[in-house]
Amino acid sequence: MKKVIMGNHALSYGAMLARSQVIAAYPITPQTQVVELLSEMCADKTLDAKFIKVESEHSAMAACIGASVAGARTFTATSSQGLALMHEMLHWASGGRLPVVMGDINRSMGPGWSIWTDQNDSLSQRDTGWMQYYCASNQEVLDTVIQAFKVSERLAIPSMVILDAFALSHTYEVVDIPDQAKVDEYLPPFRPQVRLTPDDPHAFGGLTSPEHYFELRYKLQKDMEKAPGLIEETGREFETMFGRYLGLVDDYLCDDADIILVTSGTAGYTARVAVDDMRKSGIKAGNLRIKVFRPFPFEHVRRIVKNAKKVAVVDRNISYGHHGMFFQEVKSALYGHDDSLPVFGFIAGLGGRDITPSTFREIADIALSKDRPEEEIIWIGVKR
Amino acid sequence: MIEIRFHGRGGQGTVVASKILADALAKEGNYVQAYPEFGVERRGAPVFAFIRIDNKPIYDKSRIYAPDHVVVVDPTLVDAIDVTEGLKEGGWIIINSDKNPAEFKFPAKYRVAAINATEIAVKNKLGTLAAPIVNTAIVGAVVRILSLTKLESLLQAIQEQISIKPQDNQKAAQEAYEQAGRQS
Repeated sequence: MKKVIMGNHALSYGAMLARSQVIAAYPITPQTQVVELLSEMCADKTLDAKFIKVESEHSAMAACIGASVAGARTFTATSSQGLALMHEMLHWASGGRLPVVMGDINRSMGPGWSIWTDQNDSLSQRDTGWMQYYCASNQEVLDTVIQAFKVSERLAIPSMVILDAFALSHTYEVVDIPDQAKVDEYLPPFRPQVRLTPDDPHAFGGLTSPEHYFELRYKLQKDMEKAPGLIEETGREFETMFGRYLGLVDDYLCDDADIILVTSGTAGYTARVAVDDMRKSGIKAGNLRIKVFRPFPFEHVRRIVKNAKKVAVVDRNISYGHHGMFFQEVKSALYGHDDSLPVFGFIAGLGGRDITPSTFREIADIALSKDRPEEEIIWIGVKR
Repeated sequence: MIEIRFHGRGGQGTVVASKILADALAKEGNYVQAYPEFGVERRGAPVFAFIRIDNKPIYDKSRIYAPDHVVVVDPTLVDAIDVTEGLKEGGWIIINSDKNPAEFKFPAKYRVAAINATEIAVKNKLGTLAAPIVNTAIVGAVVRILSLTKLESLLQAIQEQISIKPQDNQKAAQEAYEQAGRQS
């Protein structure tokens, strides 16, 4: 059934169709409608789930962790400062190998106080052991929630499904809402190997001596390394059933491109418009939208940019004292493989400043006009 | 692709107007993208809503700077802000007003339509006399003047979207649609 819905509600429908059993959340702009709709669904029994109201995001994640340990399929959503407040519990969820799925609306960190989009909130959590999916449309948001549960539960690793504040969260688009029966067929019920139950007692999260801790972390990484293959496999399975492929990256006209833009989030769709315009004016441009940031799709990036003459990575985030974080990863992917390929790092759109097709044209023009980057970071549209 | 900007004041249902229009368009197989001003809305303050319409998927997620048409839900905004900012040549300015279109002093490169949505809303008892809800009437006029959808698709979208007085809202949309037919 096709419906015009906002990005926030795409998260809610995804969580509903996945038959989430426990939802614990605390409202924050611009995430509020996600949990508003889910609480209504729980109240009118559209969704047979327990909705737990909490006093903070830290408690929201703690409640999700408790529910997940007990074997419930668990969902939450937050944004920005709320995600930051969860930080300690994010480690607990991944270290506890709990497949919680969370929506995060990319909102800039304060101060300066902002409700507009950039990626520093979610990317500040990149080392917490969560998978991260960056979405570009409301359809992708809904579909990814369902897929994320499947991948998370198979690997026992939590997932964040991430969307831009306003540009997706409050934007209405036509979304094909899949049939519940088909989603049930795609996503079987959550059956953890062990769970917290008096029938079969186990201890969880106890003191772990140096004798064992190292191996737990090794196993987490090894399972994270299985995610790229599993995301592709479950993405193809999704395509067979629903007609839409869900992969690690979305490459557009990259095969013969001289310059490849590397993008993410909604800017990764806007970039396509710029690529089309450039192609019309004779510039062979391509767009590589990175959808999954953790685990990072190293092999895909290497393969797709292989024949390009220039790569321009556009980050809507910054690691202060270093670079944009997608830029770091792309360089890291190419290290030892193709050290001669010039990779330019651009930062644009922080704090919700708009990224338009002409932003990408400006970026491409800069990259095409220089043999190699002359600056560590090339700032686009900053007032100096 | 058609891009439209709505101007209203917080509390008038401007964002809902763009949402209803998006629904009606989607019913006829169009791709649509509708979004409110990216910010904090306050009752009475100028607000914006935007809509993109195409017959293929819409990838541009940036804001609309050069709309094809503008819709002015609150006529007092004409004196308060430049409602024609970025408006493309030949674009329609559709205003909720009891004035004759010729009374507005817009540059000649624009087309102007005036529809008395306030009167239609009051007549159909939508909102209060002091704060009538004009959004369904204005969308009725927009759909007709810009030939965007069939009236039936709009009426169906209103039926599905508006939980309070759906029939009265449908009547308002239809009246505005018919009135607008005499101007387009």
